[in-house]
Amino acid sequence: METVKQETLLEIDNLNFSFKTQRGLVRAVRDLSITIKKGETLTLVGESGCGKSVTAHAINQLNPMPPGRVDSGRILFNGIDLLQLKKGEIEKMRGTQISMIFQEPMTALNPVFTVGSQIADVFMTHQGMGKDEAMARAVELFHLVKIPAPERRIHAYPHQLSGGMRQRAMIAMALASPEPGLMIADEPTTALDVTIQAQILDLLGDLKQQIDMSILLITHDMGVVAEMADRVVVMYAGRKVEESDVNSIFNDPRHPYTLGLLNSLPSNPKYKQAKRLEAITGTVPDLLTIGDGCPFANRCAYATDICRSSFPSMSEINKDHSVWCHNHESVKREKAQ
Amino acid sequence: METDIHEEIIIADPTPLQETWFHLKKNKAAMVGLGIITIFVLMAIFAPLISPYDPNAQVIDDRKTPMFTDGYILGTDDLGRDMLSRLIYGARISMTIGVVSVGISLVFGILIGVTSAYFGGVYDKIVMRLIDIMLAFPYILLTIVIVSLLGPSLLNAMIAIGISQIPRYARVVRASVLAEKEADYVLAERALGARDTELMFLTILPNCLSPTIVQATLGVGEAILSSAGLSFLGLGAQPPTPEWGLMIASSKEFITNAWWIVTLPGIAILLAVLGFNLFGDGLRDILDPKMRN
Repeated sequence: METVKQETLLEIDNLNFSFKTQRGLVRAVRDLSITIKKGETLTLVGESGCGKSVTAHAINQLNPMPPGRVDSGRILFNGIDLLQLKKGEIEKMRGTQISMIFQEPMTALNPVFTVGSQIADVFMTHQGMGKDEAMARAVELFHLVKIPAPERRIHAYPHQLSGGMRQRAMIAMALASPEPGLMIADEPTTALDVTIQAQILDLLGDLKQQIDMSILLITHDMGVVAEMADRVVVMYAGRKVEESDVNSIFNDPRHPYTLGLLNSLPSNPKYKQAKRLEAITGTVPDLLTIGDGCPFANRCAYATDICRSSFPSMSEINKDHSVWCHNHESVKREKAQ
Repeated sequence: METDIHEEIIIADPTPLQETWFHLKKNKAAMVGLGIITIFVLMAIFAPLISPYDPNAQVIDDRKTPMFTDGYILGTDDLGRDMLSRLIYGARISMTIGVVSVGISLVFGILIGVTSAYFGGVYDKIVMRLIDIMLAFPYILLTIVIVSLLGPSLLNAMIAIGISQIPRYARVVRASVLAEKEADYVLAERALGARDTELMFLTILPNCLSPTIVQATLGVGEAILSSAGLSFLGLGAQPPTPEWGLMIASSKEFITNAWWIVTLPGIAILLAVLGFNLFGDGLRDILDPKMRN
């Protein structure tokens, strides 16, 4: 039954994740399947609240449970179902094979310890190193993530570093794992200004070349997608709505939501003459009251009756490109005109 | 000769301790408090060296000698014991009481506060209700009950004061852990494989120490006062221990004819408590960034 291919690193198989709240059950992730191959960068795109972070946190089980709950599905990492692991086993997995960097470098470092000692801690915890060796390795990592004057910087407290520097320190911390297989980057550049964003993305790209690792990059920024991604998964309201290689997403988007995202980019060629940016009208549906139809139907220009009653099955455009939309043919036709 | 223009300018960033000291130096009240504490601590440590007489040696001929007479700087008490020596040795006892009882309440308060905030749920509810029950008893009454269960002695008084102060620390710690445990760095360290105990005591707790330190500093003063109170009631130190509260109790009838015997220990208590309170208040202003200017 196991159809895990040799080169598959992570396979999320039909994941359903929900939160039990006072107002009812929030189905944050529905029927989500994602595969990440070794050495690949997969980006997960979607707006706030669409389930990107919940998905990412489900992998190493960082979602608070309860109220969170895995309703069904498997998360296979190197063929092992992470959801079946005991607490101690998943703790061992975190930071050794699956590491993570966060959105807010301002708050994701412990304010009362120097950055160096925080990185050294990871070495000491997972590899049983002594303090001096761990500190020496921390300096090496600071070199690797291109922090200037690393010997001095490792003695700095987080508040003494700039945002970009802190994000580099975060990345260094994530790299302190003994065998980084998968790095989950949860909007790593959102809190940074544009020039620093580019530097951090370059750095991640370089590191991926140097260390054979896969990256699951979560973002809402299509510019980041273009820069980094091998493959793209577009999520909307907990569902996967389109998946493809990075070129097809930009050249041949088939889901109205993807199209909307691209149309709202300032760099889109149609904004050559100054005019107002297009926005996707409406807002994300309330996950509490969402029905079984396509969650995008109430904002979609292409929506027909069937969209409101049933979620579409997968339509395969080609072997690298699938879309979940009843009307993807009309999206294509309109684009062609 | 050419000088190296690339020579790096090294600016040492202040450590948190240096920073606290920097702000502390500007706070006069806190510095006065620190000064008083330092004097008492030095007195306690070097008591045998600096006290002119044995605190328990009775010179019956010199009973109730007034201050500054016959080589007795602060006079003698009703049994002819040198007041200064007794007060110096009393500092030793009071400082020990402060440290030991605050130590007891700190250890248990932190354990209870951190775990109940971190785990939450039913455990938190049960523990905090128990703490509420302890808080419902007047503090001194609770202490007296515990001492009478354990039997009156100085050590038991320390234990009783320590136990009855636990709720306060548990609440302070719990409140700050509740605020800190949702921080991103906790999630980040969890993502790096930190276990619950590491997260509780190595990640979160150091971030919650400032309010706890302030509470503990104020608590030392309060413990000294409580222990004096217990000894006054005969539930703490037993004669002939030179404990300040006991000294007041055993000489209260001389307030009209030898006022210094009863007054000087009182002043000692006042100064010690004042010192810790001034210092604690100052620390609060310094460690709370919102109150810093």
